[in-house]
Amino acid sequence: MTARVGPACCGQGDESRPCGGTALESRAQGRSEAPWTDGVVRTPVGAVPRARSARTVRDRLGSVKARLGLGRMNYRVAPGLYAVGEPGPQSPVLVSANYKMSFDSLRGALSGRDAWILVLDTHGINVWCAAGKGTFGTDEIVRRVHGSGLEGIVSHRKLVVPQLGAPGVSAHQVRGRCGFRVVYGPVRSEDLPAFLDAGMKAPPEMRRVRFGWRERAVLIPTELVMGAKYVLPVAAAFLLLGGLGAGGYSLAGVRTTGLAGGALVLGAFLCGAILGPALLPWLPGRAFAVKGAALGLVLVGALAVRAWPAAGPSASWLQAAAWGLMLPALTSFVVMNFTGASTYTSLSGVMREMRFAVPAQIAAAVIGLALWLADLFIGGGPAA
Amino acid sequence: MRYLEGVVTLQYDAARCNGCAMCVDVCPHGVFAMENKRAVLVDRGACMECGACAKNCEQEAIRVRAGVGCAAAVLAGMATGTEPTCGCSSSSSCCG
Repeated sequence: MTARVGPACCGQGDESRPCGGTALESRAQGRSEAPWTDGVVRTPVGAVPRARSARTVRDRLGSVKARLGLGRMNYRVAPGLYAVGEPGPQSPVLVSANYKMSFDSLRGALSGRDAWILVLDTHGINVWCAAGKGTFGTDEIVRRVHGSGLEGIVSHRKLVVPQLGAPGVSAHQVRGRCGFRVVYGPVRSEDLPAFLDAGMKAPPEMRRVRFGWRERAVLIPTELVMGAKYVLPVAAAFLLLGGLGAGGYSLAGVRTTGLAGGALVLGAFLCGAILGPALLPWLPGRAFAVKGAALGLVLVGALAVRAWPAAGPSASWLQAAAWGLMLPALTSFVVMNFTGASTYTSLSGVMREMRFAVPAQIAAAVIGLALWLADLFIGGGPAA
Repeated sequence: MRYLEGVVTLQYDAARCNGCAMCVDVCPHGVFAMENKRAVLVDRGACMECGACAKNCEQEAIRVRAGVGCAAAVLAGMATGTEPTCGCSSSSSCCG
Protein backbone atom coordinates (compact mmCIF):
# COMPACT_ATOMS: atom_id res chain seq x y z
CA MET A 1 0.00 0.00 0.00
CA THR A 2 2.87 2.30 0.75
CA ALA A 3 4.82 1.49 -2.39
CA ARG A 4 6.97 4.45 -3.24
CA VAL A 5 6.80 6.03 -6.61
CA GLY A 6 9.64 5.57 -9.01
CA PRO A 7 10.41 3.95 -12.30
CA ALA A 8 8.91 0.80 -10.92
CA CYS A 9 5.67 -0.35 -12.38
CA CYS A 10 2.18 0.85 -13.02
CA GLY A 11 0.59 -1.57 -10.63
CA GLN A 12 -0.88 1.20 -8.54
CA GLY A 13 -4.39 1.24 -9.80
CA ASP A 14 -3.89 2.38 -13.33
CA GLU A 15 -3.49 -1.09 -14.80
CA SER A 16 -4.98 -0.08 -18.11
CA ARG A 17 -1.83 1.78 -19.06
CA PRO A 18 1.12 -0.11 -20.48
CA CYS A 19 4.50 0.13 -18.81
CA GLY A 20 7.29 1.81 -20.65
CA GLY A 21 9.68 4.58 -19.76
CA THR A 22 9.06 5.52 -16.18
CA ALA A 23 5.69 4.67 -14.76
CA LEU A 24 4.92 8.33 -14.21
CA GLU A 25 5.80 9.32 -17.74
CA SER A 26 3.77 6.58 -19.34
CA ARG A 27 0.78 7.30 -17.17
CA ALA A 28 1.05 10.98 -17.87
CA GLN A 29 1.09 10.29 -21.58
CA GLY A 30 -1.96 8.04 -21.28
CA ARG A 31 -3.86 10.74 -19.47
CA SER A 32 -2.68 13.41 -21.89
CA GLU A 33 -4.58 11.75 -24.69
CA ALA A 34 -7.91 13.05 -23.40
CA PRO A 35 -9.35 15.82 -25.61
CA TRP A 36 -9.73 18.19 -22.67
CA THR A 37 -6.02 18.17 -21.89
CA ASP A 38 -3.59 20.74 -23.19
CA GLY A 39 0.03 19.64 -23.02
CA VAL A 40 1.99 18.78 -19.91
CA VAL A 41 3.60 20.53 -16.96
CA ARG A 42 7.15 19.46 -16.10
CA THR A 43 7.84 18.57 -12.48
CA PRO A 44 10.82 17.11 -10.63
CA VAL A 45 9.18 13.69 -10.80
CA GLY A 46 7.94 13.77 -14.36
CA ALA A 47 5.39 15.28 -16.69
CA VAL A 48 1.87 15.95 -15.46
CA PRO A 49 -0.90 16.45 -18.01
CA ARG A 50 -2.58 19.82 -18.00
CA ALA A 51 -6.39 19.96 -18.00
CA ARG A 52 -8.03 22.89 -19.74
CA SER A 53 -10.08 24.85 -17.26
CA ALA A 54 -12.58 25.93 -19.90
CA ARG A 55 -15.29 23.42 -20.69
CA THR A 56 -16.10 22.86 -24.32
CA VAL A 57 -19.38 22.17 -26.07
CA ARG A 58 -18.32 18.53 -26.14
CA ASP A 59 -17.87 18.46 -22.34
CA ARG A 60 -21.31 20.00 -21.85
CA LEU A 61 -22.93 17.57 -24.27
CA GLY A 62 -21.31 14.77 -22.30
CA SER A 63 -22.94 16.06 -19.10
CA VAL A 64 -26.36 16.15 -20.75
CA LYS A 65 -25.90 12.59 -21.97
CA ALA A 66 -24.82 11.45 -18.52
CA ARG A 67 -27.93 13.03 -16.96
CA LEU A 68 -30.04 11.14 -19.48
CA GLY A 69 -28.38 7.91 -18.45
CA LEU A 70 -26.64 7.39 -21.78
CA GLY A 71 -23.38 5.70 -20.94
CA ARG A 72 -23.20 7.61 -17.65
CA MET A 73 -21.37 4.72 -16.03
CA ASN A 74 -18.54 5.08 -18.53
CA TYR A 75 -18.20 8.82 -18.08
CA ARG A 76 -14.75 8.62 -16.56
CA VAL A 77 -11.44 10.38 -16.28
CA ALA A 78 -8.20 8.40 -15.98
CA PRO A 79 -7.14 8.64 -12.31
CA GLY A 80 -3.92 10.41 -11.37
CA LEU A 81 -2.48 13.87 -11.05
CA TYR A 82 -3.40 16.76 -13.38
CA ALA A 83 -2.35 20.37 -13.59
CA VAL A 84 -4.54 23.42 -14.11
CA GLY A 85 -2.76 26.55 -15.32
CA GLU A 86 0.94 26.72 -14.38
CA PRO A 87 1.08 25.17 -10.91
CA GLY A 88 4.27 25.05 -8.84
CA PRO A 89 5.39 23.63 -5.51
CA GLN A 90 3.22 26.09 -3.56
CA SER A 91 0.03 25.52 -5.54
CA PRO A 92 -2.94 23.89 -3.81
CA VAL A 93 -3.79 20.24 -4.43
CA LEU A 94 -7.49 19.48 -4.91
CA VAL A 95 -8.79 15.95 -4.75
CA SER A 96 -11.56 14.80 -7.08
CA ALA A 97 -13.44 11.70 -8.21
CA ASN A 98 -12.95 10.25 -11.67
CA TYR A 99 -16.60 10.84 -12.62
CA LYS A 100 -16.13 13.28 -15.46
CA MET A 101 -18.92 15.58 -14.28
CA SER A 102 -17.24 15.94 -10.85
CA PHE A 103 -13.88 16.58 -12.51
CA ASP A 104 -15.36 19.03 -15.03
CA SER A 105 -17.04 21.16 -12.41
CA LEU A 106 -13.80 21.27 -10.43
CA ARG A 107 -11.55 22.32 -13.31
CA GLY A 108 -14.21 24.82 -14.40
CA ALA A 109 -14.17 26.39 -10.93
CA LEU A 110 -10.37 26.67 -11.07
CA SER A 111 -10.36 28.64 -14.28
CA GLY A 112 -7.63 31.29 -14.24
CA ARG A 113 -5.84 29.67 -11.30
CA ASP A 114 -2.81 27.44 -10.88
CA ALA A 115 -3.55 24.22 -9.05
CA TRP A 116 -3.03 20.49 -8.96
CA ILE A 117 -5.93 18.07 -9.23
CA LEU A 118 -5.52 14.58 -7.81
CA VAL A 119 -8.14 12.35 -9.41
CA LEU A 120 -9.04 9.24 -7.41
CA ASP A 121 -10.32 6.08 -9.01
CA THR A 122 -13.97 5.98 -7.90
CA HIS A 123 -15.05 3.78 -10.81
CA GLY A 124 -16.68 6.73 -12.51
CA ILE A 125 -18.91 7.52 -9.52
CA ASN A 126 -19.42 11.03 -8.13
CA VAL A 127 -17.70 12.11 -4.91
CA TRP A 128 -20.61 11.76 -2.49
CA CYS A 129 -21.81 8.35 -3.66
CA ALA A 130 -18.28 7.03 -3.90
CA ALA A 131 -17.52 8.33 -0.40
CA GLY A 132 -20.56 6.46 0.91
CA LYS A 133 -19.18 3.27 -0.56
CA GLY A 134 -15.62 4.02 0.53
CA THR A 135 -14.13 4.04 -2.97
CA PHE A 136 -13.53 7.75 -2.49
CA GLY A 137 -11.68 7.09 0.71
CA THR A 138 -8.62 7.05 2.88
CA ASP A 139 -6.96 4.09 1.15
CA GLU A 140 -7.40 5.50 -2.34
CA ILE A 141 -6.12 8.94 -1.32
CA VAL A 142 -3.01 7.44 0.26
CA ARG A 143 -2.46 5.24 -2.79
CA ARG A 144 -2.77 8.16 -5.23
CA VAL A 145 -0.62 10.47 -3.17
CA HIS A 146 2.19 7.92 -3.24
CA GLY A 147 1.54 6.86 -6.84
CA SER A 148 1.65 10.39 -8.18
CA GLY A 149 4.88 11.34 -6.46
CA LEU A 150 3.10 14.30 -4.92
CA GLU A 151 5.71 14.62 -2.15
CA GLY A 152 8.25 15.56 -4.78
CA ILE A 153 5.96 17.97 -6.63
CA VAL A 154 4.60 20.20 -3.89
CA SER A 155 6.45 21.64 -0.92
CA HIS A 156 3.38 21.90 1.33
CA ARG A 157 1.54 18.93 2.83
CA LYS A 158 -2.11 19.87 2.38
CA LEU A 159 -4.91 18.23 0.39
CA VAL A 160 -8.18 20.00 -0.32
CA VAL A 161 -10.79 17.25 -0.24
CA PRO A 162 -14.40 18.08 -1.15
CA GLN A 163 -16.53 18.07 1.98
CA LEU A 164 -18.89 15.51 0.49
CA GLY A 165 -15.95 13.10 0.32
CA ALA A 166 -15.75 13.10 4.14
CA PRO A 167 -18.01 10.05 4.67
CA GLY A 168 -15.25 7.96 3.08
CA VAL A 169 -12.18 9.82 4.29
CA SER A 170 -10.64 9.83 7.71
CA ALA A 171 -8.54 12.98 7.82
CA HIS A 172 -6.40 11.91 10.76
CA GLN A 173 -5.66 8.56 9.13
CA VAL A 174 -4.63 10.20 5.86
CA ARG A 175 -2.23 12.37 7.80
CA GLY A 176 -0.84 9.42 9.69
CA ARG A 177 -0.35 7.32 6.58
CA CYS A 178 1.03 9.81 4.06
CA GLY A 179 1.79 12.99 5.95
CA PHE A 180 -0.73 15.12 4.10
CA ARG A 181 -3.24 17.14 6.08
CA VAL A 182 -6.79 17.00 4.75
CA VAL A 183 -8.61 20.32 4.56
CA TYR A 184 -12.25 19.91 3.67
CA GLY A 185 -13.30 22.25 0.91
CA PRO A 186 -16.80 23.53 0.26
CA VAL A 187 -19.71 21.31 -0.80
CA ARG A 188 -20.04 23.04 -4.19
CA SER A 189 -17.09 23.53 -6.49
CA GLU A 190 -18.42 26.96 -7.48
CA ASP A 191 -17.50 28.13 -3.96
CA LEU A 192 -13.88 26.99 -4.35
CA PRO A 193 -12.45 30.32 -5.51
CA ALA A 194 -13.91 32.09 -2.48
CA PHE A 195 -12.73 29.26 -0.21
CA LEU A 196 -9.18 29.40 -1.57
CA ASP A 197 -9.07 33.20 -1.43
CA ALA A 198 -10.20 33.14 2.19
CA GLY A 199 -7.18 31.04 3.15
CA MET A 200 -9.07 27.75 2.90
CA LYS A 201 -11.89 28.76 5.20
CA ALA A 202 -15.52 28.00 4.45
CA PRO A 203 -18.40 29.85 6.10
CA PRO A 204 -21.30 27.64 7.28
CA GLU A 205 -23.45 28.11 4.17
CA MET A 206 -20.67 26.68 2.01
CA ARG A 207 -20.81 23.58 4.18
CA ARG A 208 -24.53 22.94 3.76
CA VAL A 209 -26.02 20.67 1.15
CA ARG A 210 -29.00 22.17 -0.60
CA PHE A 211 -31.89 20.44 -2.27
CA GLY A 212 -33.56 23.36 -3.97
CA TRP A 213 -35.53 23.50 -7.16
CA ARG A 214 -32.45 23.38 -9.41
CA GLU A 215 -30.83 20.50 -7.57
CA ARG A 216 -34.05 18.50 -7.82
CA ALA A 217 -34.87 19.41 -11.42
CA VAL A 218 -31.60 18.09 -12.86
CA LEU A 219 -32.40 14.69 -11.35
CA ILE A 220 -35.74 14.31 -13.15
CA PRO A 221 -34.31 13.01 -16.47
CA THR A 222 -32.38 10.31 -14.62
CA GLU A 223 -35.53 9.37 -12.68
CA LEU A 224 -37.43 9.04 -15.95
CA VAL A 225 -34.81 6.97 -17.74
CA MET A 226 -34.16 4.69 -14.77
CA GLY A 227 -37.85 4.17 -14.01
CA ALA A 228 -38.91 3.63 -17.63
CA LYS A 229 -37.13 0.28 -17.69
CA TYR A 230 -39.56 -1.05 -15.10
CA VAL A 231 -42.69 0.89 -15.96
CA LEU A 232 -42.85 0.28 -19.71
CA PRO A 233 -43.19 -3.52 -19.32
CA VAL A 234 -45.90 -3.00 -16.67
CA ALA A 235 -47.80 -0.63 -18.96
CA ALA A 236 -47.46 -3.14 -21.80
CA ALA A 237 -48.81 -5.89 -19.55
CA PHE A 238 -51.92 -3.81 -18.79
CA LEU A 239 -52.35 -3.13 -22.50
CA LEU A 240 -52.31 -6.85 -23.31
CA LEU A 241 -54.35 -7.95 -20.28
CA GLY A 242 -57.04 -5.50 -21.32
CA GLY A 243 -58.02 -7.95 -24.06
CA LEU A 244 -59.16 -10.52 -21.50
CA GLY A 245 -62.85 -10.94 -20.90
CA ALA A 246 -65.64 -13.40 -20.12
CA GLY A 247 -66.09 -13.98 -23.82
CA GLY A 248 -62.43 -14.74 -24.50
CA TYR A 249 -59.64 -12.45 -25.71
CA SER A 250 -60.67 -9.45 -27.76
CA LEU A 251 -58.70 -6.78 -29.62
CA ALA A 252 -61.45 -4.35 -28.80
CA GLY A 253 -60.60 -4.89 -25.14
CA VAL A 254 -56.96 -4.12 -25.86
CA ARG A 255 -57.95 -0.90 -27.63
CA THR A 256 -60.20 0.32 -24.83
CA THR A 257 -59.53 -1.15 -21.39
CA GLY A 258 -55.95 -2.15 -22.20
CA LEU A 259 -54.96 1.16 -23.71
CA ALA A 260 -56.55 3.08 -20.86
CA GLY A 261 -54.76 0.88 -18.33
CA GLY A 262 -51.38 1.29 -19.97
CA ALA A 263 -51.89 5.04 -20.24
CA LEU A 264 -52.86 5.32 -16.57
CA VAL A 265 -49.78 3.42 -15.46
CA LEU A 266 -47.53 5.63 -17.59
CA GLY A 267 -49.35 8.75 -16.44
CA ALA A 268 -48.94 7.84 -12.79
CA PHE A 269 -45.25 7.12 -13.33
CA LEU A 270 -44.69 10.47 -15.07
CA CYS A 271 -46.63 12.17 -12.30
CA GLY A 272 -44.43 10.60 -9.62
CA ALA A 273 -41.12 10.99 -11.42
CA ILE A 274 -41.66 14.60 -12.52
CA LEU A 275 -44.05 16.19 -10.05
CA GLY A 276 -42.62 14.23 -7.12
CA PRO A 277 -39.18 15.88 -7.26
CA ALA A 278 -40.60 19.18 -8.49
CA LEU A 279 -43.19 19.57 -5.72
CA LEU A 280 -41.29 17.73 -2.98
CA PRO A 281 -41.28 20.52 -0.36
CA TRP A 282 -45.01 21.16 -0.80
CA LEU A 283 -46.29 17.60 -0.79
CA PRO A 284 -47.75 16.68 2.63
CA GLY A 285 -45.90 14.48 5.10
CA ARG A 286 -42.20 13.88 5.62
CA ALA A 287 -42.03 10.28 4.47
CA PHE A 288 -41.48 10.21 0.70
CA ALA A 289 -43.96 7.34 0.37
CA VAL A 290 -46.63 9.55 1.93
CA LYS A 291 -45.76 12.44 -0.38
CA GLY A 292 -46.05 10.07 -3.34
CA ALA A 293 -49.36 8.64 -2.19
CA ALA A 294 -50.73 12.17 -1.80
CA LEU A 295 -49.69 12.92 -5.36
CA GLY A 296 -51.48 9.76 -6.53
CA LEU A 297 -54.65 10.70 -4.66
CA VAL A 298 -54.65 14.10 -6.34
CA LEU A 299 -54.28 12.31 -9.69
CA VAL A 300 -57.17 10.01 -8.81
CA GLY A 301 -59.23 13.03 -7.80
CA ALA A 302 -58.46 14.79 -11.07
CA LEU A 303 -59.42 11.70 -13.04
CA ALA A 304 -62.64 11.33 -11.06
CA VAL A 305 -63.60 14.88 -11.91
CA ARG A 306 -62.56 14.81 -15.57
CA ALA A 307 -62.62 11.25 -16.92
CA TRP A 308 -65.37 9.67 -14.81
CA PRO A 309 -68.24 11.78 -16.14
CA ALA A 310 -66.82 11.45 -19.66
CA ALA A 311 -67.06 7.68 -19.46
CA GLY A 312 -70.83 8.02 -19.06
CA PRO A 313 -72.96 4.98 -18.38
CA SER A 314 -70.12 2.59 -19.27
CA ALA A 315 -68.18 3.75 -16.21
CA SER A 316 -67.46 0.94 -13.83
CA TRP A 317 -67.23 1.25 -10.07
CA LEU A 318 -64.85 -1.69 -9.96
CA GLN A 319 -62.50 0.04 -12.40
CA ALA A 320 -62.65 3.23 -10.41
CA ALA A 321 -61.86 1.42 -7.18
CA ALA A 322 -59.06 -0.51 -8.87
CA TRP A 323 -57.32 2.63 -10.10
CA GLY A 324 -58.09 4.46 -6.88
CA LEU A 325 -55.82 1.88 -5.21
CA MET A 326 -53.24 1.22 -7.92
CA LEU A 327 -52.37 4.80 -8.88
CA PRO A 328 -51.47 6.01 -5.36
CA ALA A 329 -49.53 2.76 -4.81
CA LEU A 330 -47.50 3.44 -7.92
CA THR A 331 -46.83 7.13 -7.27
CA SER A 332 -46.00 6.33 -3.64
CA PHE A 333 -43.43 3.76 -4.78
CA VAL A 334 -41.91 6.08 -7.39
CA VAL A 335 -41.50 9.00 -4.98
CA MET A 336 -40.27 6.68 -2.22
CA ASN A 337 -37.44 5.67 -4.53
CA PHE A 338 -36.49 9.31 -4.91
CA THR A 339 -35.08 9.09 -1.37
CA GLY A 340 -31.88 7.75 -2.95
CA ALA A 341 -31.39 10.88 -5.01
CA SER A 342 -32.35 13.28 -2.23
CA THR A 343 -29.70 14.88 -0.07
CA TYR A 344 -31.28 14.67 3.36
CA THR A 345 -32.77 11.22 3.97
CA SER A 346 -31.16 8.86 6.48
CA LEU A 347 -31.01 5.09 6.15
CA SER A 348 -32.85 4.71 9.48
CA GLY A 349 -35.59 7.03 8.26
CA VAL A 350 -35.96 5.24 4.94
CA MET A 351 -36.19 1.89 6.70
CA ARG A 352 -38.78 3.33 9.09
CA GLU A 353 -41.00 4.60 6.31
CA MET A 354 -40.60 1.44 4.24
CA ARG A 355 -41.77 -0.67 7.15
CA PHE A 356 -45.28 0.68 6.74
CA ALA A 357 -45.16 1.92 3.15
CA VAL A 358 -44.06 -1.19 1.29
CA PRO A 359 -46.75 -3.48 2.75
CA ALA A 360 -49.34 -0.77 2.09
CA GLN A 361 -48.14 -0.30 -1.49
CA ILE A 362 -48.19 -4.03 -2.15
CA ALA A 363 -51.65 -4.45 -0.61
CA ALA A 364 -53.09 -1.55 -2.61
CA ALA A 365 -51.50 -2.77 -5.84
CA VAL A 366 -52.60 -6.38 -5.40
CA ILE A 367 -56.16 -5.56 -4.36
CA GLY A 368 -56.37 -2.97 -7.13
CA LEU A 369 -55.12 -5.42 -9.72
CA ALA A 370 -57.58 -8.07 -8.52
CA LEU A 371 -60.45 -5.60 -8.82
CA TRP A 372 -59.28 -4.53 -12.27
CA LEU A 373 -59.07 -8.15 -13.48
CA ALA A 374 -62.41 -8.97 -11.88
CA ASP A 375 -63.97 -6.09 -13.76
CA LEU A 376 -62.73 -7.52 -17.05
CA PHE A 377 -64.83 -10.62 -16.45
CA ILE A 378 -67.69 -9.56 -14.15
CA GLY A 379 -68.06 -6.18 -15.73
CA GLY A 380 -68.57 -7.99 -19.00
CA GLY A 381 -65.60 -6.33 -20.60
CA PRO A 382 -66.13 -4.07 -23.56
CA ALA A 383 -69.34 -4.40 -25.47
CA ALA A 384 -67.62 -5.55 -28.62
CA MET B 1 -36.92 20.34 4.10
CA ARG B 2 -36.76 17.95 7.02
CA TYR B 3 -37.05 14.21 7.15
CA LEU B 4 -38.48 11.93 9.87
CA GLU B 5 -37.49 13.03 13.38
CA GLY B 6 -36.17 10.81 16.13
CA VAL B 7 -35.06 7.91 13.97
CA VAL B 8 -31.32 8.28 13.47
CA THR B 9 -28.63 6.20 15.15
CA LEU B 10 -26.27 9.13 15.81
CA GLN B 11 -24.67 9.03 19.27
CA TYR B 12 -22.32 11.61 20.67
CA ASP B 13 -20.22 11.41 23.80
CA ALA B 14 -19.40 15.03 24.58
CA ALA B 15 -16.98 14.02 27.33
CA ARG B 16 -14.55 12.72 24.71
CA CYS B 17 -14.56 15.86 22.54
CA ASN B 18 -11.20 17.60 22.10
CA GLY B 19 -12.67 20.58 20.30
CA CYS B 20 -11.10 19.95 16.89
CA ALA B 21 -14.36 20.98 15.15
CA MET B 22 -13.93 18.43 12.39
CA CYS B 23 -17.53 17.21 12.85
CA VAL B 24 -18.79 20.77 12.41
CA ASP B 25 -16.81 21.11 9.17
CA VAL B 26 -17.82 17.84 7.55
CA CYS B 27 -21.53 17.74 8.41
CA PRO B 28 -23.63 18.78 5.41
CA HIS B 29 -26.66 19.54 7.59
CA GLY B 30 -25.34 21.54 10.53
CA VAL B 31 -25.99 18.81 13.09
CA PHE B 32 -23.02 19.94 15.22
CA ALA B 33 -21.91 23.38 16.34
CA MET B 34 -19.06 24.67 18.51
CA GLU B 35 -19.90 26.06 21.94
CA ASN B 36 -17.17 26.95 24.43
CA LYS B 37 -14.57 25.09 22.36
CA ARG B 38 -16.56 21.87 22.44
CA ALA B 39 -18.79 20.33 19.79
CA VAL B 40 -22.47 20.31 20.67
CA LEU B 41 -25.21 18.27 19.05
CA VAL B 42 -27.60 21.03 17.99
CA ASP B 43 -29.85 19.38 15.40
CA ARG B 44 -29.96 15.62 15.67
CA GLY B 45 -33.11 15.38 13.52
CA ALA B 46 -31.27 16.81 10.51
CA CYS B 47 -28.74 13.96 10.52
CA MET B 48 -28.73 11.84 7.36
CA GLU B 49 -26.34 9.22 8.74
CA CYS B 50 -23.67 9.81 6.11
CA GLY B 51 -21.03 8.94 8.70
CA ALA B 52 -18.64 11.79 7.89
CA CYS B 53 -18.47 13.07 11.47
CA ALA B 54 -17.74 9.69 13.02
CA LYS B 55 -15.13 8.92 10.38
CA ASN B 56 -13.31 12.18 11.06
CA CYS B 57 -13.51 12.18 14.84
CA GLU B 58 -10.09 11.19 16.09
CA GLN B 59 -11.47 10.88 19.64
CA GLU B 60 -14.12 8.39 18.53
CA ALA B 61 -16.69 10.46 20.36
CA ILE B 62 -19.28 10.00 17.62
CA ARG B 63 -21.01 6.82 16.60
CA VAL B 64 -23.53 6.33 13.84
CA ARG B 65 -24.61 3.48 11.62
CA ALA B 66 -23.65 5.05 8.33
CA GLY B 67 -25.58 4.18 5.21
CA VAL B 68 -27.40 5.51 2.21
CA GLY B 69 -30.95 6.76 2.73
CA CYS B 70 -32.07 5.13 -0.47
CA ALA B 71 -35.21 2.98 -0.73
CA ALA B 72 -33.94 1.23 -3.86
CA ALA B 73 -30.80 0.24 -1.98
CA VAL B 74 -32.85 -1.13 0.93
CA LEU B 75 -35.00 -3.13 -1.51
CA ALA B 76 -31.90 -4.43 -3.29
CA GLY B 77 -30.46 -5.42 0.08
CA MET B 78 -33.67 -7.29 0.96
CA ALA B 79 -33.67 -9.05 -2.39
CA THR B 80 -30.08 -10.21 -2.12
CA GLY B 81 -30.11 -10.72 1.63
CA THR B 82 -27.31 -8.24 2.22
CA GLU B 83 -26.90 -4.83 3.77
CA PRO B 84 -28.60 -1.95 1.98
CA THR B 85 -26.29 -1.03 -0.83
CA CYS B 86 -26.77 1.22 -3.78
CA GLY B 87 -25.86 -0.25 -7.12
CA CYS B 88 -23.82 2.78 -8.08
CA SER B 89 -20.43 1.23 -8.63
CA SER B 90 -21.51 -2.05 -10.12
CA SER B 91 -24.31 -2.09 -12.63
CA SER B 92 -26.63 0.84 -13.00
CA SER B 93 -29.30 2.96 -11.32
CA CYS B 94 -29.31 5.27 -8.33
CA CYS B 95 -27.44 8.31 -7.12
CA GLY B 96 -28.06 11.52 -9.06
